[in-house]
Amino acid sequence: METLRRSSTTRRGFLQSVGGAATLAAAGGYPEWVFAQTRSGVLNAMLNVEPATLNYALLNTSVIQSVCGSINESLLLFDWQLKPQPNLARSFDISPDGLVYTFELEPDVKWHDGKPFTSRDVVFTCAKMLRELNPRSRAAMDRCESITAEGDHKVVFKLKEPFNAFILAFMASTGPMMPAHIYEGTDYRNNPANTAPIGTGPFKFAQWSKGNFIKLVRNDNYWRKGQPGLDEVNFRIIASAEQRAVALETGAVDMAFGDDLDPIDVPRFRENPGLVMVQNAYDAVGEITLMEINQRTAPFNDRRFRAAIMHAMDRNFLVDQLNFGLGRVADSPIFSTVPYYDPKVLTQYEYSPDKAKALLDDMGLKPGAGGVRHKFSVLMLPNQDGPWRRAGEYSKQALADVGLDVELQSTDVATFYKRNGDWDYDVMWNSYGQFGDPAIGMSRFFLSNNIRKGVPQTNTQGYSNPKVDELLQKGATAVKREDAQAAYSELQKILTEDVAMLWMYERRKPLFHAKKFKDVVVGPNGPCDGFGAAKPA
Amino acid sequence: MSTKAAFLARRVVQAAMVVVGVVFLSFFLVRLAPGDAAMAIAGETGYSDPQYVADLRKEFGLDKPVLTQFGIYLAKVSVGDLGFSYQKRQPVYDLIMERLPATLLLAGVVIVVSLVIGIFVGAVSAKYAGRLVDGILRVFLMAFYAMPSYWLGLVLVLMFSVHLGWLPAFGIETMGGDPAPMARALDISRHLVLPALTLGLFFAAIYARLTRAAMLEVVNLDFVRTARAKGISETRLFMRHVLRNALIPVVTYAGLQTSALVGGTVLVETVFSWPGIGRLAYDALIARDNNLLIGIFIFTSVLVVLFNLLTDLLYVVLDPRMELGK
Repeated sequence: METLRRSSTTRRGFLQSVGGAATLAAAGGYPEWVFAQTRSGVLNAMLNVEPATLNYALLNTSVIQSVCGSINESLLLFDWQLKPQPNLARSFDISPDGLVYTFELEPDVKWHDGKPFTSRDVVFTCAKMLRELNPRSRAAMDRCESITAEGDHKVVFKLKEPFNAFILAFMASTGPMMPAHIYEGTDYRNNPANTAPIGTGPFKFAQWSKGNFIKLVRNDNYWRKGQPGLDEVNFRIIASAEQRAVALETGAVDMAFGDDLDPIDVPRFRENPGLVMVQNAYDAVGEITLMEINQRTAPFNDRRFRAAIMHAMDRNFLVDQLNFGLGRVADSPIFSTVPYYDPKVLTQYEYSPDKAKALLDDMGLKPGAGGVRHKFSVLMLPNQDGPWRRAGEYSKQALADVGLDVELQSTDVATFYKRNGDWDYDVMWNSYGQFGDPAIGMSRFFLSNNIRKGVPQTNTQGYSNPKVDELLQKGATAVKREDAQAAYSELQKILTEDVAMLWMYERRKPLFHAKKFKDVVVGPNGPCDGFGAAKPA
Repeated sequence: MSTKAAFLARRVVQAAMVVVGVVFLSFFLVRLAPGDAAMAIAGETGYSDPQYVADLRKEFGLDKPVLTQFGIYLAKVSVGDLGFSYQKRQPVYDLIMERLPATLLLAGVVIVVSLVIGIFVGAVSAKYAGRLVDGILRVFLMAFYAMPSYWLGLVLVLMFSVHLGWLPAFGIETMGGDPAPMARALDISRHLVLPALTLGLFFAAIYARLTRAAMLEVVNLDFVRTARAKGISETRLFMRHVLRNALIPVVTYAGLQTSALVGGTVLVETVFSWPGIGRLAYDALIARDNNLLIGIFIFTSVLVVLFNLLTDLLYVVLDPRMELGK
């Protein structure tokens, strides 16, 4: 990209760089890559794996969100209480019956290629592109009877029945707006814009050096006045956790996302005076780490057995020792910062090996040879060595203490989800995101009609309870907030009593950034909301 | 036909057979593991429905019977098309070509540097066998040989990047760095130092040990004694008679290592975020990106065959008594 190049093809620039490199080692000074980051308008972040594509609608893994959040925007932003705020939609209105959602668009928004952003883009994105490509958006948009544009700057969504979580489909992670003039009528999966995306956001895509880095530059025509506050945002691809820690430590990068660092390194960085730790940057995702139980056979179908495992695991130890205090014990299917979480109705399972043993005795699972009551397998979460491997190993030890002999199994990602989808496990570690509302993130794990063999991350446990189905439906379609709350409160009561799943801990992934920047994280969607507001401190 | 031409023709046929075998084995081997790319992608996005999984399978051609898939793949490969990467959504050949220069650069530097250092140190060590210099050198050789390259890499990073701040710890060049050719070359060479050292010290240790052992063996052979009796200078004796003959095992080993290096720098490429083929293969494996993985297998096996051929030719240069075609 021409615009990125500093004028260094001049003779002076050439001599400087040669001279600089030559004197470097002798002087013991800093090489150029250290100087590079002292340009204050440049924010250097990192990615732990190279994104497969930069088409936000096609795939929304966390690395893609981190990059594309600054390129593509959504109609709404969400504040710390997960209340919708205007963004590309300057205002919105929900009809009293909860069936009609009307959005007024910002009139002067332009795509990065200069074309105006209009209601046509919104209709195309929601009714066609996202609906075809993205299962999470599809779940919401399939509830629409019609999606229509009224003029250039107004879009109306009519629902078939009320769905009170519908507004969350316009969050950046679920509803990124895509340019109709680029994608309509093309093969979405192979469009050249997938590697050079065009959005409306504060930063424009500039360069993707494969295996190395992705570079974004400021959008001078950004519609929001006074933004962006930076000139460039770069994403360095660094595959190993040790190297990412080194990069942050040496100042070669200014930021580490939630999955970039092993929790073991976190205490050290927390003490680092040059860094700021943000703990709620991923609250909108609201990730709960849990153990799924294949409840089709004995003894796993017995509530007492599941309760015994809960009592056998010291979940405070998981949070405090293995995750260095990043998070809290999960006591509900609903993440504690998400609406409808109700601590009053929950059955608590404190750490008590004695209670666990008593429950197992009660079931008739007496200790046999070597004190073993029962043997089964626990499948560990793959790929993320640190916290999840340690949690898996801890579970073996903790369960052994109450006479449960566990065989730990480790796999790669593809096998893991294959076994998950095929119900081919006894107990497995896993995690789910709440995405702002139980109807979006959580309900799919407990709905009877979501028991679907061959599809990972569904109700693979085989949990089926007509009352629960009814409450989930009631909660999702209630027009009045208190009706939804009542349904979800009763649901939390039943699910925790039943030990419908083993909720272990809420993961609070830390985001670190250099103190010389401020307003890096402005909402619970973290990097997904883009770095338009970020500026030198 | 001359011996050389016959030799080459036979080797090319053998090479083609090896490659066909690689295609066949790798295609079915990677499918033995449960799960596929559709599962990996559907699971990782954290939210999937039956349509999503079915769409992915259809897009990747995984909905057809395995034998049909193999037929389609063979037809493509036979015309030089390595297929499309599921995960990266790009032609496999383009992906490999994109990453090849980085790997060749790293491997090339490692081979040259480790051979030069290894043979020199080995020769010195042999020349002073049993004396103090030899003892000290051998301790270092043993240490570099025994150290896992992953660990050595991390130690070098701690020393030269974290504590001293002299060298970059990762990547192949500075992001948004100076695009002038000279400055860029310097920048890249600075990035090369640590990964090349990490790999190079290990190989240098091997070559040095091989050189030393081979030289000590050759030194006692009759032709050396004869040469010495004829009054040849010590330097000439050492260089022409001893070292040259001692290089055969070194060259054999270097040939093997060269082919291994092209596909086998996974660890070092991962430690240093080096954008080469090794890391590409690792990413493909994790994502169950079969087309990409098999593509890399095929591509590297062709390179291995080529390097083996080169090694054989090099023997003749080193020792004219050797004949091709046996």
